[in-house]
Amino acid sequence: MSLSVSLFYISAAVAITTAIMAVTRKNASHALIYLVVTLLSIAVIFFLLGAPFAAALEIVIYAGAIVVLFLFVVMMLNLGRSSVARESQWLRPGMWVLPAILSGVLFIVFGYTVLQTENSAMIEGQVVPPKEVGKALFHKYLLGVELAGVLLLAALVGAFHLGRRYLEERREN
Amino acid sequence: MTTALNVPLEHVFFLAIILFLIGAFGVLIRRNIIFMLLSLEIMMNACGLAFVAAGARWAEPDGQIMFMFILALAAAEVAVALGLVIQLARRFETLDIDRAEELNG
Repeated sequence: MSLSVSLFYISAAVAITTAIMAVTRKNASHALIYLVVTLLSIAVIFFLLGAPFAAALEIVIYAGAIVVLFLFVVMMLNLGRSSVARESQWLRPGMWVLPAILSGVLFIVFGYTVLQTENSAMIEGQVVPPKEVGKALFHKYLLGVELAGVLLLAALVGAFHLGRRYLEERREN
Repeated sequence: MTTALNVPLEHVFFLAIILFLIGAFGVLIRRNIIFMLLSLEIMMNACGLAFVAAGARWAEPDGQIMFMFILALAAAEVAVALGLVIQLARRFETLDIDRAEELNG
């Protein structure tokens, strides 16, 4: 087994373990740190698959921007020990059974579908450099880029609106 | 140039499926809205992983481009959703998503 292949399986195991930890933690900041480890191991997998640009974006935008945004909100809401106690009250063991069964059924369905595909092949990790991605992005997918820009503008306006109302209410109180 | 990886496409897809289901499980068991959003991030990452793997199978950039669109979608979703989280925390003084069920202002 070559170094790349063993790195792939190690990163996959780390990603799955830390994702489970992130979903089941009671303290929000601990869960977010586990999420960062998940994202970093997925970035390693992207790199091994021959997508260095996607790996860089995963680290810069997901681990660097989105998780920091989450952390800001967690710090702003000042979640302390009382919230950890409330989480353990909400996370009763009986609640886990039905979602676990549903996830198991979905796993069987998805797994069956994947195993039925006839395009089965080995991934050799042929590197697709950022240059190729940029060329395809601004020729074939130019309309998609414009639409993503409009979506981000809409999100900006929406986030500003939600935040502004909150400030006004605080001033009134 | 290759990274000398020699892994069946199905294995990457199975990793994406498992991550997606962990995210879906998290959305189902959690009542705290921050943890539900965190689980949604894991699910979106799993989708992106499947796209990048499919792009790597044919050594085409299209998979990475779809991943970038998913990234833009995730950024937009998080910006709006965290604004809603702050509103929820201020109005109901809790992060329990079940408290926001009344829908009458």
